[in-house]
Order: sequence, then structure tokens, then C-alpha cells
Amino acid sequence: MAFDSFSAFMVMEGHGPYVWACYAAFFLLMIGLMVWSLRRRKAAIEACRRGYEFRAGRQDPRAASASAASFTRVKVSQD
Amino acid sequence: MWQFFHKLGSPKWFFGIAARLMPWLLAGGILLLMAGIVWGLAFAPKDYLQGNSYRIIFIHVPTAFLAQSVYVMMAVAAVVTLVWRMKLADVFVKSVAPVGLVLTFLALFTGAVWGKPTWGTWWVWDARLTSMLILLFLYGGVIALDRAINDEKSAARAVSVLVLVGVVNIPIIQYSVEWWNTLHQPSTFKLTEKPSMPAEMWVPLLLSVLGLYLLFGWLACLRMQTEILLREQRTRWVKDYVLAGRG
Repeated sequence: MAFDSFSAFMVMEGHGPYVWACYAAFFLLMIGLMVWSLRRRKAAIEACRRGYEFRAGRQDPRAASASAASFTRVKVSQD
Repeated sequence: MWQFFHKLGSPKWFFGIAARLMPWLLAGGILLLMAGIVWGLAFAPKDYLQGNSYRIIFIHVPTAFLAQSVYVMMAVAAVVTLVWRMKLADVFVKSVAPVGLVLTFLALFTGAVWGKPTWGTWWVWDARLTSMLILLFLYGGVIALDRAINDEKSAARAVSVLVLVGVVNIPIIQYSVEWWNTLHQPSTFKLTEKPSMPAEMWVPLLLSVLGLYLLFGWLACLRMQTEILLREQRTRWVKDYVLAGRG
């Protein structure tokens, strides 16, 4: 250990704020980048799946009529 | 025949390889990076001249190192895109440019914060700092140019040319501390010489550089997978993959 106590480790002889600001920015941005990239892949998979289901729905007449039926069931208030 | 092979064979093959590599890259990257950082922050000896502020080096050097080496990798991929029209190379450039931007920003930010207690100023128009700022703009330019062009092939070609023009900046960054006598200290690691630091300082630094390399590998694989899924969504294998994942 290069420090005698935990508080000495935090203060770093006055250089603490500089050192910790750098490490905070590093972890914040790197973790942010990782989470964002993971979510993007998930969203891409989801978008592909929706695309396939949409195209399959258009090709299958039963699925098409089912979705049309649910559309007509929507009640629109006229008041 | 080769053209055909590259166009159809590569993305699927890469997708599988990436899926297998990714757990190892992530685990190894986090392990090495944390080992390097904990060692550097708590156990490495204090610098006799700069005191404890030098501990910023354990993230400053890895991010600055990666920021440049990612750009060199992009330049190699740009040549491959222009000469062999390989899809995967273009996917790589597009996928890693935002990662390079973040790494360059972090290198500049940690450098500025390190500069305050060491040089007494956040920023000087020193050759090393200015050329790194240009690298940041280059990454931004690559991302902006790619988004501005809708056609995939024209975008790939335009981005490749921009990346190759910008590669001039890399040797300028590299040698700026030797060509011009500036505030920035010379490189810690050189290929030809032993580091001027004691081992308790350069070993954790090497660990965090390697760790960040592996983490970059993970990010690149992940982001390339995303790009491949979106581009190849009309193919049979992507459809099978997406639908199997939900079942």
C-alpha cells in the first residue's frame, strides 16, 4: 500500500480531486458506452423481429384479417 | 468468385466468431483493467516529482494509446474497403468510430485534469494536445460523414477516403513530443528501449493498456454484430438467429 489510511488514499496529498475526477469520467463514459452498445444490439434484434412479423403478417391472409378485425374493434369517441 | 465470397461469406462467419470471443474479451478486459487500476491507484509508489497526480497515467496512457491505435486500425480497414470492397471492413470503421471518439475525449479530459496540478494549466496549444484535438475532430467527422450519406456504398467510400486523409495526423501525434520541445512529457513506452519508470509503475500501466485493448475488442465485436444484423436482415441466417433467440 502506498497510503497509510483510507482518508489519505482519498485525499492523495491534495491531488485527490484531480485523480478521482479522471477516474469518475473514465468509468462513467466507458460503462455508458458499453450499456449503450448492448442496448443498440438488443434494439436491432427487436427491429429485425418486428420486420419479419410484419412481412409474415402481410403474406398470411388469416393474420391479415385478424389484425383488420382488431382494428375495427377500436372505439372512437365522437363526443 | 472472391468478390462473391467476401460479400456473402464474411459477415455470417464473423458474427459466429465474435459471439464466441466476446465473453473472453469482456472477462479478460475487465480483469486486467481493474488489476492495473487498483495496483496503480493504491499500491504503486508515488512519483518523486509529480506526487500522486501521476496516478492519472493509468487511464490517460491507455485511452490515448487506444485512441491512436483504433484510428490506425480504421485506416487499414479503409484501405481494405477501397481496394477489395470488403463489407466487413466498412462495418468495422462504422462501428468503432464512436468508441474512438469517446477514447480520444477521455485522453484529452484526463490530460487536461492532469495538467492542472502538474503544469498549472488545463490547456495549452502544445503540439501533442492540438494534434489530439484534431484526432477528436477526425472521429467526429467520420461519424458525421457516415450519417450524412444514405447510400451504404457511397458512404463507405467517402468515409474511407476521409479516414485515409486523416491518418497523416497519427505520426504527428506520435512524434510531436520529439519534434517540438513542448510541455507534454515524452512517451512512457517505446518499442526500442526499456521504460524509464520502475517496474512497480510500468507493469500496472501495461496491464491497464492490455485490459482496455481487450475491452475495445469486446465493444468492437458487439457493435459490429449490431451493424451486421441491421445490414443483413434480409438474409436467411439473420432471420433464423433473430427468431431462434425469441423462441
